[in-house]
Amino acid sequence: MTTHTLSVLVENKPGVLAHVAGLFSRRAFNISSLAVGPTADASVSRITIVLDGDSTPVGQVMSQLDKLVRVLKVVEVKAEAGSRSQLLEVAQVFGASVVDMSPTTLVLEAVSSPGKLDALLAMLDTYGTCEIVRTGRIAIGRGAGAITDDAPAAADDEWTAA
Amino acid sequence: MLDGTKLNQKEQPVDVTGAQALVRSLEEQGVEVVFGLPGGTILPTYDPLRSSSLRHILVRHEQGAGHAAEGYYWATGRPGVCMATSGPGATNLVTALADAYMDSVPMVAITGQVGRPLIGTDAFQEADITGITLPITKHNELVTDPERIPDAIAEAFHIATTGRPGPVLIDVPKDVQQATIPWKPAGPISLPGYRIPGPPSRSAITAAARLLHGARRPVLYVGGGVIKSNASAELLRLAELAQAPVVTTLMARGAFPDAHPLALGMPGMHGMYPAVAALQEADLIIALGARFDDRVTGNLQYFAPHAQIVHADIDPAEIGKIRRPDVAILGDLKPTMTGLAEALNAEVSATGTQPDAAAWRATLDSWKQQFPLRYSQEEGGPLKPQYVVERLSALTGGNAVVVAGVGQHQMHATQHYSFTQPRSWINSGGAGTMGFAVPAAMGAQVGRPGELVVAIDGDGCFQMTAQELATCAIEGLPIKVLIFNNGVLGMIRQWQELFYDERYSHSELGQAIPDYVKLAEAYGCYGLRCDSADRVDETLEKALAATDVPAVVDFRVHDREGVFPMVAAGQSNDSIILGPEFTADEQAAARRRDMETR
Repeated sequence: MTTHTLSVLVENKPGVLAHVAGLFSRRAFNISSLAVGPTADASVSRITIVLDGDSTPVGQVMSQLDKLVRVLKVVEVKAEAGSRSQLLEVAQVFGASVVDMSPTTLVLEAVSSPGKLDALLAMLDTYGTCEIVRTGRIAIGRGAGAITDDAPAAADDEWTAA
Repeated sequence: MLDGTKLNQKEQPVDVTGAQALVRSLEEQGVEVVFGLPGGTILPTYDPLRSSSLRHILVRHEQGAGHAAEGYYWATGRPGVCMATSGPGATNLVTALADAYMDSVPMVAITGQVGRPLIGTDAFQEADITGITLPITKHNELVTDPERIPDAIAEAFHIATTGRPGPVLIDVPKDVQQATIPWKPAGPISLPGYRIPGPPSRSAITAAARLLHGARRPVLYVGGGVIKSNASAELLRLAELAQAPVVTTLMARGAFPDAHPLALGMPGMHGMYPAVAALQEADLIIALGARFDDRVTGNLQYFAPHAQIVHADIDPAEIGKIRRPDVAILGDLKPTMTGLAEALNAEVSATGTQPDAAAWRATLDSWKQQFPLRYSQEEGGPLKPQYVVERLSALTGGNAVVVAGVGQHQMHATQHYSFTQPRSWINSGGAGTMGFAVPAAMGAQVGRPGELVVAIDGDGCFQMTAQELATCAIEGLPIKVLIFNNGVLGMIRQWQELFYDERYSHSELGQAIPDYVKLAEAYGCYGLRCDSADRVDETLEKALAATDVPAVVDFRVHDREGVFPMVAAGQSNDSIILGPEFTADEQAAARRRDMETR
């Protein structure tokens, strides 16, 4: 199966994901995956779609997506071999480590402050990001004190307590 | 102080309700008429509507409001507006929206929605109408901020009418209509994701003109886009300059005069033979605002096997959707055809040769002679629907606005009426919505008062939306409705005859119930009946003369009459069936098509 990856920038408004997803079912386009992620601009989201290129006309998909009023931009993502070294350089600067590599993709892992991660994503944008998984901010207090020290026990034994 | 007051008046906007802002926004869009029916959640808007400059036509069913808005557009070129309440009011618009989407009709639907706090709670008359209509509108929006109303309405009209037109739905919660806001007219349109193609590419036009100049068997394949673009004059000029024959699809009937020597009529499943065969034999097809619909191409694998394709359309997604073009021209058809004519002229000057079309024309003319539309109206025999259309065409000089439902009567009407001008043929093409005719004719009559608007309808279709006759009678809209009453769902019956071994499963309605004359009279209309050919003229004359209230004619037509020619669904256009009026030899000759010019 040949796959094509589309990166779709959409206005971050209610119903836009339903509209894009609805287009695929309405026009009987086959997709293998769909992921939604944020961009540096809070009013814009990115939808990444992997298409089955054998059964679905990619050009037609892009034209139909482009017609949706809330869709800002549609591009086909193609990672060129030449951009790999540049990507590795970017990863190094931001302290991100490479956890997987294929002829056309790289998977990076990065741990940092939101501002620094936003800057990394903005850099990666220019190469076409297939997918992003990102946690919210996580934190832990310094020193010996732990949040669990004097926290009441969870009421997981209600039956016996009663 | 005086200056200060003035400044104050300028700076302090007047407070209005969301409903007032909505009505005022419609007025500012130049809307003259709204077709609608009030209900709980749209009531706040109906209040200021009463004192506004907008004319409101109170329909009897919301579907009628939707189709009326479509008919109004087709007749005038101005976007139609319809209004309904939430829940069932809104869902009753769905068929009309789907119809408008398929036929690219610019229309704006306004629906009431339950108040914001109630959304999602399964409130009384709540329906997720923006969710329901996502795939059948060009765009829709649930307005949650009352201050957005003016912009939402302006954007709706902009989106509906520009590019490839289409329906837009604006859903407004009741409390948004009731909120008080400072009036601020719509700002400049800001839709970053909405793009309209710019002027057509000159190099594409030059390439197309070169193909046209060199073609030996060109055909201009004209679709509804030419009507939308108001480009009939440009089409006429281009066709005459290139001496290229013209086929007009079901959506384009009237875009080119049927009596013109270059007119081949309608292509497709029930197209005229010369139009169908010309596409099959063409070496160049210039598609102008047409979308290679399956009803035109027949089995795509065998469609126009010898033709290079130039595809001109305003919608980039249409180009290459069905058939890959050799040259694509993206943009409005008006400048496209003007450009094509200029480029063709330049090509003629540069090469010193005119397009060579004589042999092709001779072939086409011989097909017109050999394989015309044929039916027989025997004296004293059963009344044939084709005869009624022919007499209507003659009596009106091809100058009426003809509206049709969907089925045999629609095909007979478009085949046998000789159209002379654009926006005189209104029907449901893509969606094939039975019941379209009466409300669409109502909308057309509103848009073109004083003109002759004639709905040709089947008895099956008529009964789906006949209640709008009440609206027409009360609003003083003297449409004429010619019911081709054959007592059956005619097209269904024809398919059952041809493809289901004459097993007529549930396609018989009965000719006598209801009594259409009495029904017409009950609705305050003239009711007439005619069942013989010799009385057709006098009946039509009586009906056409009625100018105060609508006239309804019950034409009792032959129930076994079929629509021909016919290409069976999924078959090649080359297997066209001419019909029972042609001999086996003629049929064979039509399929063989000895082509000296190929």
